[in-house]
Amino acid sequence: MIEIYLILIFMITAAIIAVVAKDLLSSIIAIGAVGIGLSLAFLVLKAPDLAIMQLVVEILSLIILIRATTRRDIPFSTSGRWVFNTVATLLFVSVFLTGAYIAIKFIPDFGSPLMRISRTYIAEGMTRTGAMNIVAAINLNYRALDTLGEATMMFAAIVGVLAVARKIGRKG
Amino acid sequence: MTVYMLCLVLFSIGLYCVLRKRNIIKIIIGICIMGYAVNLFFILIGYVKDGRSPIYAHDQAITKMVDPLPQVVVLTVIVLGLSITLLLISIAIRLYEKYGTFDITRINKLKG
Repeated sequence: MIEIYLILIFMITAAIIAVVAKDLLSSIIAIGAVGIGLSLAFLVLKAPDLAIMQLVVEILSLIILIRATTRRDIPFSTSGRWVFNTVATLLFVSVFLTGAYIAIKFIPDFGSPLMRISRTYIAEGMTRTGAMNIVAAINLNYRALDTLGEATMMFAAIVGVLAVARKIGRKG
Repeated sequence: MTVYMLCLVLFSIGLYCVLRKRNIIKIIIGICIMGYAVNLFFILIGYVKDGRSPIYAHDQAITKMVDPLPQVVVLTVIVLGLSITLLLISIAIRLYEKYGTFDITRINKLKG
């Protein structure tokens, strides 16, 4: 299971580059590298549907982010209480990581999950729904209302984007 | 255990970016990183050792399958993450057109 460690270290490195880079365009390219690493991690963790979906979504959001940064504006100024802000943020992050370390001890070990509901889905999914892919069977049969809610939220988000980005009829 | 902690380190990098950076585009990038980390955490929890992907085959040798339920949830969350990014970027472009800057502290001081 060494691949997942390598991919995670690659993702963390790319994320640090994306955070500290001065140039916005290189920062966006670094976030694209994080997304491709996530797609690879999905492949290694035996989730091929998610890998395909992540690749498509990653390319789309990369294009949209580059569209947003064609006009550049990079605030370099670090005025104000720089030391206090940084120390407070790092303190908060370290408190979060400590709490997470304590909480992680209570969930099952890596590689041996609790599968109470999924066991039924895996055992009966093929005979009940006739789908070879269990993910598709759950998505479109057992949890179809969930998918309907997802489509509704997508529609609401598109309506919001159109309302924000529309030019005709705005009064300044 | 170590894998979970690495995943949470990725999350906290995104958290630092959201809390500390002043450029709106950098804040959106931090939100993207946090979303990636949460998605990866769900899939890591559902992984079975030496398992195979949840697709039936006629000549299957390995009988253990990974947990398909987190995969379904994450499939929903990935699409919603795209729509969240879209909405944030359209708001950022609109703010740039109004104030002429991506700096949040300067947007805060102006009125309009």
